[in-house]
Amino acid sequence: MNRNHTWIAYMFLAPVIIVMALLVFYPLIQGVMYSFTDMGQYNMGSKFAPPTWEFIGFKNYTDLFASIAAPESVFRDVLIQTMIWTFVNVFFHFVIGLGLALLLNREIKGRGIYRMLLMVPWAVPSFVSAFSWTWMYNEKYGLLNLLLTKLSLPTIPWLGDSFWAMTSVIIVNVWVGVPFMMVTLLGGMQSIPTSLYEAAKVDGASAFQQFWNITLPLLRPVAATATMLGVIWTFNMFNIIYLVTRGGPVRSTEILVTYAYREAFQNWNFGVASTYGVVILSFLVVFSIFHSKMTKANSNEGVYY
Amino acid sequence: MGKAKNWWVHVLLVIASIIAVGPVVWILSTSFKTEQEIFAGSTDINFIPNEFTTSNYEHVLTANNGMFLTWLTNSVIIAVLTTILGVFLSATAAYALSRFKFIGKNMVNYSFLLTQMFPGSLLVIPLYKIVDSMGLLNSYLGLILAYSTVAVPFCVMMLKNFFDTIPYELEEAARVDGLSPFGTFWRIVLPLALPGLAITAFFSFITAWNEFLIALTFMTTESMYTLPIGLQQFVNQFRTDWHYMSAGAIIVTLPILIVFLLAQRFLISGLTSGGTKG
Repeated sequence: MNRNHTWIAYMFLAPVIIVMALLVFYPLIQGVMYSFTDMGQYNMGSKFAPPTWEFIGFKNYTDLFASIAAPESVFRDVLIQTMIWTFVNVFFHFVIGLGLALLLNREIKGRGIYRMLLMVPWAVPSFVSAFSWTWMYNEKYGLLNLLLTKLSLPTIPWLGDSFWAMTSVIIVNVWVGVPFMMVTLLGGMQSIPTSLYEAAKVDGASAFQQFWNITLPLLRPVAATATMLGVIWTFNMFNIIYLVTRGGPVRSTEILVTYAYREAFQNWNFGVASTYGVVILSFLVVFSIFHSKMTKANSNEGVYY
Repeated sequence: MGKAKNWWVHVLLVIASIIAVGPVVWILSTSFKTEQEIFAGSTDINFIPNEFTTSNYEHVLTANNGMFLTWLTNSVIIAVLTTILGVFLSATAAYALSRFKFIGKNMVNYSFLLTQMFPGSLLVIPLYKIVDSMGLLNSYLGLILAYSTVAVPFCVMMLKNFFDTIPYELEEAARVDGLSPFGTFWRIVLPLALPGLAITAFFSFITAWNEFLIALTFMTTESMYTLPIGLQQFVNQFRTDWHYMSAGAIIVTLPILIVFLLAQRFLISGLTSGGTKG
């Protein structure tokens, strides 16, 4: 429609394009450029001194990737932690979100109230969630250790030990992220025509068969979009980790985005931090291309209507 | 489905609901407790305070010469203006993407998805320099502009699906009656898309209200802090003042939680149409 009105479309798009170009795409190009420099606090230039940073080619990248093979490599540790963080989080977001969506999709009393309560973690500002869990994780006065003591179980050093710290931040982020997955999957389920289930019942299909052969395949497009966004958001999740553990103890909960922030605004290595940024962006672009190819290749089996 | 068979569904949903709401209830409870009760070192778990007090709230509102109210004002102004700008930018863009065919449409579409992949850390450094060179550090405008770019991509994707459901015939009729394309958009399309606009507004507001990383970098003067950054100062200053932090957290959360619970029907229908059509 309206093939001849291209200029009107551009008029409507102009405001967004101007703002995005200035504040997203221009900084992005600059960020990529910085990753090829040795820019830091002392050579970035200011009102008093002209910038003296230099282009150093791929040095930041070669240093970074060469360090993977080194016996001690922060980049390797952080990379592995990022993978664990992303995979475990999205796995639990999806499994718990799917489970709750299935429960809420049944005709039960009080469905609206359950749904409302289950969406609360989504509405709570993330810095409040982070604070509230940090308080519950407090080793001496926190709710969780009080509960464990009550049950005569040994208390847990929630944020004091590298394994438990990672577990703790993952729990917080699972708590934060489940509602989005639940609501999206529930929406997907409710758009599946009920006639399919009725036909399946006539054919004598069990509840599990209905789930496996109707719900899951028809949910695939929605689930694909939701998990892709989930991976992207989790990979880039800064607030929870920064506010709960600050990446500690001893970097054990640092992921690429939090470490990049530390490089930039604590160590003032803008060049290195930008290199981390480009690496993150490349990972996610490759992942999203791979992911959409995979889901497109598989989606044909799922089309019933 | 037999009624008797459903009991386990309720058990699971009640457990899940307790886990979902528990942390918020716990800070609500902490916020009304005295310092002595919190740090008594007893193993009693009281959701109802032994000694009910509002002194934590009084302290938060008056400490640091009432700095909390300054931060609250900053947050409200920034969130409201971000909402207005965010809705304007995403409505116009989504309308173009929904109704017109033009060269570069796919590129525009994909670039919105691409922006979701930008790590804040990559953008924040150049953004910091740009905003600095425009003299907008420690200003509302700098944060408002940055926040709208964060909120807009998701809002555009959502609103486009909403516009897609509005029958095109209405607009054709309006055009025949002599309305300009912009008049049609303003008088016909926007009023019909009100539920979608409400979601967009809500999402933009939340983005601005909750944002942490950019505010931490842009706002360096204490009087320009937003609430998330301001409350963080509380933690750093008094490491263990959980009772004050809880009161502050409740003040920040309550307004947004109420709006959210009222708007959740809208949100669900908006996300649903987004999910199935996207």
